[in-house]
Amino acid sequence: MAANSKDMASSAPTKIRLSGSSKTFYFICYLIVIIVAILCLVPFILLISGSFTSEQWIRFHGFGLLPGEFSTEAYKIIFKTPGRILRAYGVSIFITVVGTFVGLILTTLTAYVISRKDFRYRNALSFFFYFTTLFNGGMVSTYIFYIQYLHLKDNLLALILPGMFNVFYLLIMRTFVNTVPFSLVESAKLDGAGEWRTFFSIVLPLLKPGLATIGLFLALGYWNDWYNAMLYMNTEERYPLQYMLYSIQQQTQALSRIAAQAGITVSNLPSNSLKLAMAVVATGPIVIVYPFVQKYFIAGITIGSVKG
Amino acid sequence: MNDTIARREGFLHEFRKNKALFAMAAPAFFLVLVMQYFPMAGLVLAFKQYRYDLGVFGSPWNGIQNFSYLFSSGTGWLITRNTILYNLLNLITSQLLAVIVAVFITEIHRRHFKKVTQTVILLPYFISWVVVGVFVFSIFNYETGLINTIVKTFGGEPINFYMKPAAWPWIICAFNAWKWTGYNSVIYIAAITGIDAEVNEAASIDGATIFQRIRYITLPSIRPTLVTMILLQVGRILRGDFEMFYQIVGNNGQLYNATDVIDTYVFRSLVTNPDIGMTAAATFYQSVLCFVIIMVVNSVVKHIDEDYALF
Repeated sequence: MAANSKDMASSAPTKIRLSGSSKTFYFICYLIVIIVAILCLVPFILLISGSFTSEQWIRFHGFGLLPGEFSTEAYKIIFKTPGRILRAYGVSIFITVVGTFVGLILTTLTAYVISRKDFRYRNALSFFFYFTTLFNGGMVSTYIFYIQYLHLKDNLLALILPGMFNVFYLLIMRTFVNTVPFSLVESAKLDGAGEWRTFFSIVLPLLKPGLATIGLFLALGYWNDWYNAMLYMNTEERYPLQYMLYSIQQQTQALSRIAAQAGITVSNLPSNSLKLAMAVVATGPIVIVYPFVQKYFIAGITIGSVKG
Repeated sequence: MNDTIARREGFLHEFRKNKALFAMAAPAFFLVLVMQYFPMAGLVLAFKQYRYDLGVFGSPWNGIQNFSYLFSSGTGWLITRNTILYNLLNLITSQLLAVIVAVFITEIHRRHFKKVTQTVILLPYFISWVVVGVFVFSIFNYETGLINTIVKTFGGEPINFYMKPAAWPWIICAFNAWKWTGYNSVIYIAAITGIDAEVNEAASIDGATIFQRIRYITLPSIRPTLVTMILLQVGRILRGDFEMFYQIVGNNGQLYNATDVIDTYVFRSLVTNPDIGMTAAATFYQSVLCFVIIMVVNSVVKHIDEDYALF
């Protein structure tokens, strides 16, 4: 690895004449970046190889970075009785699709309004949204309010509503809206188009990159959410994927703790590899899709870092 | 008097003129009003003895008793100290690492290498904390953890990390950096690539070394970004990242002294303790103090240099 990066360093095309110390710099540069990248990957390697290792091997030798004894037992168990997992997938897909779609509409409409310079209350409205990042009711009052007054306990809306609108996304979307020339809006209105018509047929089609960016952020948030499920969901049929993974993990840990205390072996259940296989099943879709949509996230993060 | 009438007419006038715009903003307005603003009223619970049957507003007042319980038991100080120390540690490590990665990646000229490493480093941002929790358990648990596998291979005694609270600040810090380095470095890379290429070229023609270029061109160019990032974090110094702490530490009572932050404490008491007065006091104290800190910091910064202020 080190030798390889040294090669790259010395042949790095650059306009500057490479002195001895620059060579050292490039060597360190590649080395550090490679080390950080490897550290980012190690948990994934552990996860995948562990999920393909036989339970006996794990119990005897522990987890390694390579599958000690190859086995697909854990995946077979998951897919033999897929009901639970499929249902959790269904819940996750449902909240992701509905939440992302409605959230996108709300974000885009609001971003359009606060970017309209002829709207008198645009600053007041922006502040109304921004204020929630400075001050909030905190976990206790939010929890009590949602349960006692909005009756969200065990209601799928508890998984959808909290993540639907976010000031950060609003500000990113406003930046996208600002790239649409206001003269387009004005001329559409002169031609007799109403506000809604102008928005949907003139502005919205020009916001495709913004829609993709915010849509992906929203979808990622819904897909990875387990916190709202932990607070508000009681019935297992309404658990989204991540929370299902969490509860299975808790169950197997509790089971092995009890078994260890009682001195029994629960050797029939591949609890260790099963957990990892579940994590692979829950994370797989993201890791597969990620490289193709990365550029939208990078655009969003970059825009979001410029204070609005 | 005349003024208010004028303003009210102004509002009606504006409303009539821009009815459609009001309608467009209405759904988000009411959503945020109900989901974010209404719960703020619940902060009064900090001064009440909450009874479920009487509701938030019917419950009797009990002054500052909840606060004195919280702090006289020592819990208040402990969780405040932990929250602040973790935030400082995480702020320093994750921003420093992100700056280093960003500077190095932008110095690399091989496009494919750059693209692949950047993709890999950003990947952790997309992983849910539940899965990170699985990672932590698989790496650190006593019987089968990766580290103990390695220790045993070399003939050492396996380590029980879940009995060693001192190790956890570093474990938490490491995973925080793991999750956020890629994300933060994207922000710094954007700031660095925003530098005019001519500036760097001119510097090299004038004989500047790489180190001089980084020291006098790259680093100054990311200073505004760095200041903004630090300010944002300082504004959240009393907020613990609940998802991270809860998934990494879990319900390991042994580790609470070293790892409990305000948010995990609040959650635990919310689910286990029917007397939520003290818990409400903790969130009240957290919300209000956070607000005060961000306002003070922002006005101080504004006083020093207007450009760096957050709002």
